[in-house]
Amino acid sequence: MEPNTSNGGRTFSRRWVLGAGATTLLTTGLTACGSSDSTGDSSTVTAFTYGDDAAKVQVKAVTRFNASAAAKKAKGKIKLEKVPGTDYPAKLRTAMGSPNAPDVFFNWGGGSIKAYQEANQLVDLTDTIKSDPVLKDGFLPSVLAAGALKGKNYGIPMRGMQPVILFYNKTVFAAHKLQPPTTWAELLDINKKLKAADITPFALGGADIWPELMWLEYLVDRIGGPEVFDKIKNGDASGWGDPAVLKAAETVKQLIDDGAFGKGFSSVSYVNGGAPAVFAKGKAAMHLMGSWEYSTQLGKFPDFAKNNLGWFAFPKYEGGAGDIRNVVGNPTNYWSVNARTGNKDAAIAFLRDCASEAYAKELVANGDIPTTSNAEKLLDSSPNPEFAKFQYQMVQQAPAFTLSWDQAVDPDVSTPMLTEINKLFVGKSSPAEFVSALKGLK
Amino acid sequence: MPARRGWSRSSPRPYGGAAPHAVWAVPGVLFFVFFAVAPMVLAVYLSFTTWNGLGDPKPVGLANWDKLLRDDRLTQSLTVTVLLTVTSWAFQTVVSLLLGVWAAGRQRNRAILSAIFFVPFLLSSTAIALLFYALLDPNFGVIHQDTLGSTSGAFLAIVFVGGWQFIPFHTLIYQGGARQIPEVLYQAAAIDGAGRYRQFFSITLPQLRNTATTSSVLMIVGSLTYFETVLILTQGGPGTDTAILPYLMYEAGFKSYDFGYASAIATFLVVIATALSLVLVRLTGFGAMRSTREGM
Repeated sequence: MEPNTSNGGRTFSRRWVLGAGATTLLTTGLTACGSSDSTGDSSTVTAFTYGDDAAKVQVKAVTRFNASAAAKKAKGKIKLEKVPGTDYPAKLRTAMGSPNAPDVFFNWGGGSIKAYQEANQLVDLTDTIKSDPVLKDGFLPSVLAAGALKGKNYGIPMRGMQPVILFYNKTVFAAHKLQPPTTWAELLDINKKLKAADITPFALGGADIWPELMWLEYLVDRIGGPEVFDKIKNGDASGWGDPAVLKAAETVKQLIDDGAFGKGFSSVSYVNGGAPAVFAKGKAAMHLMGSWEYSTQLGKFPDFAKNNLGWFAFPKYEGGAGDIRNVVGNPTNYWSVNARTGNKDAAIAFLRDCASEAYAKELVANGDIPTTSNAEKLLDSSPNPEFAKFQYQMVQQAPAFTLSWDQAVDPDVSTPMLTEINKLFVGKSSPAEFVSALKGLK
Repeated sequence: MPARRGWSRSSPRPYGGAAPHAVWAVPGVLFFVFFAVAPMVLAVYLSFTTWNGLGDPKPVGLANWDKLLRDDRLTQSLTVTVLLTVTSWAFQTVVSLLLGVWAAGRQRNRAILSAIFFVPFLLSSTAIALLFYALLDPNFGVIHQDTLGSTSGAFLAIVFVGGWQFIPFHTLIYQGGARQIPEVLYQAAAIDGAGRYRQFFSITLPQLRNTATTSSVLMIVGSLTYFETVLILTQGGPGTDTAILPYLMYEAGFKSYDFGYASAIATFLVVIATALSLVLVRLTGFGAMRSTREGM
């Protein structure tokens, strides 16, 4: 008999507590060992997504899918887990190495999934896509290709396109009678005029390092063409020895010495809003950033985003081999399927939803540009149709779309690569030292 | 008197009659084995393998150790770690010693101020680092300079932020130590005509010898495993100038997914920290615990 306490609740005997404790330990232990393995429960398909603001599109997609006939047919429901953005890759890696691996997971394509592919943890989606018109014709071919490894598809595009764009402050440009540059010489000329007016030409969130990377990505493309990085991406470290890399590093060095990024750029971060604020407040005239700069500014400085934010393509470098229409950045993000999934049918049925018009509409409403082939006719309903169309055409017409270097190469190369880039930007290494350090990677 | 296991007849018993039974130590020992010894053994094992977190670790013999000994970044990292430890120790010891002795006195408002000084220690390291990161922003912070972008600036910022967080704790230790000093010593010194400074250097400081050792060992071992502040404030930058050993280990493990190499760094760190603690304890006579009251 359990004695009753005055408040009506039960008190627990010591034996009961010990018993309960042991049971909990046992069951947790067992769960960790077995039943939560993705092969165990085939009716629930877990999906990991990057847990930022844009995840609301995936939340809606999951609700829609779980209520659909396709879900009933595949006898599966999706359970979405929004993994906090910081260190998403590290958390995914830990989960994928454990019995609690997700069935479907968000990634950046390229190098970000290479280790999983090599460990045979990914479902090869090549034939699925080929045999399914919805998937095959649903996406822009270049974007679908960017989610592939060695010609095999492992990813289905699931977010907006993220090309890197040169943004500018229209007010500052108008006040100093400047036009967006199309060549490097014009850009240098603008820099000179801006500095004379005591305005930093470019905002740069150097503390995060990846905004520094964007400069090298574009310069190497414009000077040497997309082939230079293609070679590196495919594992040939001698590609770093291409004269275009050295030239790009020297050009960066000149910009820094010239004060193009201001003095304190290494202490400025993009993530905490430092660089966008410098830009929106007119302290810096331009900002090289992914297309998400628009929604960032819309969130922090809506008036600036609506009235004074302009954009243009990264200029052409005189004598360079790269086309001005070439784009760098992230084509988009992808869903990949874990080879150990217990319900591949449900997973693939869910992925097909990403090619649907309903999904594309959600993306557009969120300010993103879908990578679906039907996207163009939806752009008018974007919060800023002008910017949406610019971005869509930029990607659609690009002869080459180079995936961000840090996502394209293996993590054990990208980490030291980013360190070397930072050393170049803070003046800890010369362009020649930069090149030789990169050639030494792997 | 019946002989008991664990206690020899001749040794005095610290708690008078009954000595604690060995079983009492079981929960503590189990925890230590599960959460300290086992992971350490695992790290040593992993340091002889290559493992990217997926599949099974593959043995590679001494490859990681060979790489570690040839890694230029290890030498640099070790230098930064030692510099950081020494500077932090000097900064924190001086400030917390002075604050602690002051807080042991009987001034007005002393209790209130001491309580306020203790607040930073109650905040999480991450929150503190984020706070200072915002304060150090060159455009919108309090100092309009490229603090974190310069080598000395980043280094001093880490020392300062670490001090800001841990000085309250060490102040508390010194306060406790200072309160234990018998009042008669000061009274006698005053009769002999010693002033405040003479009293501080001839009585307070020598009497705080054991306190200083305790505090220093905690500071030095703590500095060796200092991590969150570096991760948030500088990410080892500018370049690699503040990449201390624990950060190097994190980078190898959770950015490059080279868990074998990360384990080698971790093991190396354990060896250094253990050796350093032993040396400190030996050099300072902490192990012998000689009384500061000799001759009294």
